[in-house]
Amino acid sequence: MSDPLPAFPPAPGAPFDPAAVSSLMNGRGHGGFVGLRYLAHGDDWIEVALPWRADLVGVPETGVLASGPIITLLDNATSMSVWVRSGAFRPQATLDLRLDYVRAAIPGKTVIARAECYRLTRSAAFVRGLAHDGDPADPVAHAAGVFMAMETA
Amino acid sequence: MSEADEVARVAAGLPPYAVSLGIGVERIEAGAPLLTLDFAEKVHGRPGFLHGGAIGGLLEMAAIAALRMALAERGAVPRLKPVNMTVEFLRGGTDRRTYALGRVTRAGRRIANVSAEAWQDDPARPIATAWMNVLLSGA
Repeated sequence: MSDPLPAFPPAPGAPFDPAAVSSLMNGRGHGGFVGLRYLAHGDDWIEVALPWRADLVGVPETGVLASGPIITLLDNATSMSVWVRSGAFRPQATLDLRLDYVRAAIPGKTVIARAECYRLTRSAAFVRGLAHDGDPADPVAHAAGVFMAMETA
Repeated sequence: MSEADEVARVAAGLPPYAVSLGIGVERIEAGAPLLTLDFAEKVHGRPGFLHGGAIGGLLEMAAIAALRMALAERGAVPRLKPVNMTVEFLRGGTDRRTYALGRVTRAGRRIANVSAEAWQDDPARPIATAWMNVLLSGA
């Protein structure tokens, strides 16, 4: 018998281990559909990968990824950066998310998001992130957003 | 062009991402394609709700589709490059069909400003809104 998988989503306030939870979070639902994969994390940041896939393309003539999967990548990565910083899972909803599409991602290359939560309050979490396809100094997209904590009974 | 022809033309022009996500074209409304996204596991976010990324992707497709139609009416077919986009999430999207409609606020020579709204049961109760700036090149 293998160890039981951790419950998903974790209970509010449960310790958050991104390495353990990511495979559950990204192995299903929309994150699973676009193929998100956990790479690494620190005290207040996390890296998530989006491998290139033909059915995620937005410009068939060039093979450039659509921006929808980039939105999903940065939404997920910034969202998880909040729980990485707080060390505990807290249900939250995206209030807003702004993306600057700095340049087109190179076709065939995995896009990597590095996201951080730079301010956490009782009700809100302020986040930012960059996406690149190999060189963090030459980003594909930049994101800034706010998450609101859900009221829990 | 009849509305049915226009709907078919818009649907045929949707990129692979829109097709694999399950985005469809319902009809033409207020001069723009009304897009749909049915609830399925592949657009599922937190339990019971649509993923914000799927909503963002749908809104962007609606904005771009509205812009393409507006540009075609003036005989222009430039390449479109999204510059930036802001999505505001207003309500949780639940397990039913979502609609999205784009609106061209201004289409200039180089830049177009486009917005889009997404709703489920009632267009007057949007679940999310977005605006984006799009660079028009080669026009």
